[in-house]
Amino acid sequence: MEDKLILGGHEFTSRFILGSGKYSLDLINAAVQNAGAQIITLALRRANEGGMANILDYIPEGVTLLPNTSGARNADEAVRIARLSREVGCGDFVKIEIMRDSKYLLPDNQETIRATEILANEGFVVMPYMYPDLNVARDLVDAGAACVMPLGAPIGTNKGLATREFIQILINEIDLPIIVDAGIGRPSQACEAMEMGAAAVMANTAIATAGDIPAMAEAFKKAIEAGRTAYLSGLGRVRESASASSPLTGFLRD
Amino acid sequence: MNKTKSEIISAKYITAETDHMAYQPGMDNIGSDIQDEVIARMNAYDAEQYTAADVQRALHRDVLQPEDFAALLSPAAAPFLEQMAQRAQMETRKHFGNAVQMFTPLYIANYCENYCVYCGFNCHNKIRRARLDMEEIERELEAIAATGLQEILLLTGESRTMSPVEYIGEAVKLARKYFRVIGIEIYPLNVEEYAYLHECGVDYVTVFQETYDADKYKTLHLGGHKRIFPYRLNAQERALMGGMRGVGFAALLGLSDFRKDAFATGLHAYLLQRKYPHAEIAFSCPRLRPIINNDKINPKDVHEPQLLQVVCAYRIFMPFASITISTRERAGFRDNIIGIAATKISAGVDVGIGGHSGEEKGDEQFEISDDRSVDEVFQAICDHGLQPVMADYLYV
Repeated sequence: MEDKLILGGHEFTSRFILGSGKYSLDLINAAVQNAGAQIITLALRRANEGGMANILDYIPEGVTLLPNTSGARNADEAVRIARLSREVGCGDFVKIEIMRDSKYLLPDNQETIRATEILANEGFVVMPYMYPDLNVARDLVDAGAACVMPLGAPIGTNKGLATREFIQILINEIDLPIIVDAGIGRPSQACEAMEMGAAAVMANTAIATAGDIPAMAEAFKKAIEAGRTAYLSGLGRVRESASASSPLTGFLRD
Repeated sequence: MNKTKSEIISAKYITAETDHMAYQPGMDNIGSDIQDEVIARMNAYDAEQYTAADVQRALHRDVLQPEDFAALLSPAAAPFLEQMAQRAQMETRKHFGNAVQMFTPLYIANYCENYCVYCGFNCHNKIRRARLDMEEIERELEAIAATGLQEILLLTGESRTMSPVEYIGEAVKLARKYFRVIGIEIYPLNVEEYAYLHECGVDYVTVFQETYDADKYKTLHLGGHKRIFPYRLNAQERALMGGMRGVGFAALLGLSDFRKDAFATGLHAYLLQRKYPHAEIAFSCPRLRPIINNDKINPKDVHEPQLLQVVCAYRIFMPFASITISTRERAGFRDNIIGIAATKISAGVDVGIGGHSGEEKGDEQFEISDDRSVDEVFQAICDHGLQPVMADYLYV
């Protein structure tokens, strides 16, 4: 059976969600191709209806748009942005980002639950970006989210899986896909998230700030695939020290 | 919206005799916790006492504290300018990628009731005064929108009589028809006036404090509302209380000790962001420029290396802040600094009144050094491997 990522009834074979911000528009196409990405995020506040430097013109056909609500400070603003995004033809997917902290851009979990519920009821495929908290993740499931997107580290920091233990708890306990978003700085970190059992990885800054953007997109693709394959194969256990096969119970006979 | 000019004392009653530290009738006094801390710490800031070790420590910190910022602004940091630029560039890329926002200022009136000795618009300077009516404003907006820009900054001289809040509100409503992002740079307002303009469509407010040195401020601002130092200093907080999403800060470098002024500017923004964590923070980095009838004005000790030092220090201290680079600077400086620390650049600038769509009918505020068109600046940004962005904001 083919290994698929399923979000709100839509099937994807790629597990790499690519961001479109922070780099030149004319590189988006190459980045998408090399990443093998089937989903690309975009900030609706940057999607012009037309005119110069319109990001929508640069996104290749056939790729699913994942507009985000960046700029929203509360659920009401996020809901308005999502509705606007649907109106301008960006489809039914929406990534909820609600921040009321301009310094670290940490998501507001409570407001995110509220927005998820409203938008899920309106038929959106809701992908909420959140701070990894098990209770909140459960509330998001109840609110109708299509997945849960915990942050690995503060957005843009490239610090990797700073919240590893808490993401692992979500992976263990939540039945929806867990997609690690924000903070992933290196392909090896993306690989590690996938080995842990994350359903997908979303990355932007790590690729956008690379010297060769399309090449880094490809490196991430390979790392994510490797991590996924490793997860599906069942990783061997890690031991602190070498161990004899039965040090304490070796005396037993018959 | 009834509470405007009638409630605030007329500008003509504020003269060189008026106590510049005393709120005048009608001006909102929202308290002074932030002002007191900014002034106290600025006064205690002795730029000479910092050493190379302080600068290196600051540059190795992940998240900087005000003390680190102070070190980066000190003379001891001068030999580290290259390292500062590299760190600043890294922070800028991390937070903004290679995006550079474009906008243009639109001056809709240049009447002014203030007497600021260094400014071309001051009420004693004999220049051509003008105020655009709504039809003229719309023509200007159309002409600017045709260049492809989607963000506009509306400016007036500081006259509550000639460009009242309602007039500005009507102009903002018109601007919303053509632009996605609207900022204002006008005289300071009371909280509910900011709330009214936010309702009209304004999302960010910039107020230049010029200098945080209150004694110097008193000698430079000899009349009009602007003389009242605390009313101006607390404008950003009132704007946030009125619902504005973002606020901009600036000292006009060269008026007083530029290191102290830059320190106070950064600290002011830092403290407000702590008090209002959602606030979007912006810095402008103007130096003094010559004006009509006074070409002796010049940014004395703030040369390009010092200006770059200040801009990099702002960026490293507050990596998430938007930084605007003025057309007061030459094209070569602007093009390079957007590759390092600045994230916002004006283009197609005309600082006179009415010059975008026809004959200029009012004189300009200062001389600009970069008169390139929107297309030219757009191309220059691309040539530097950066991505011009027309709007990065959604009015909600």
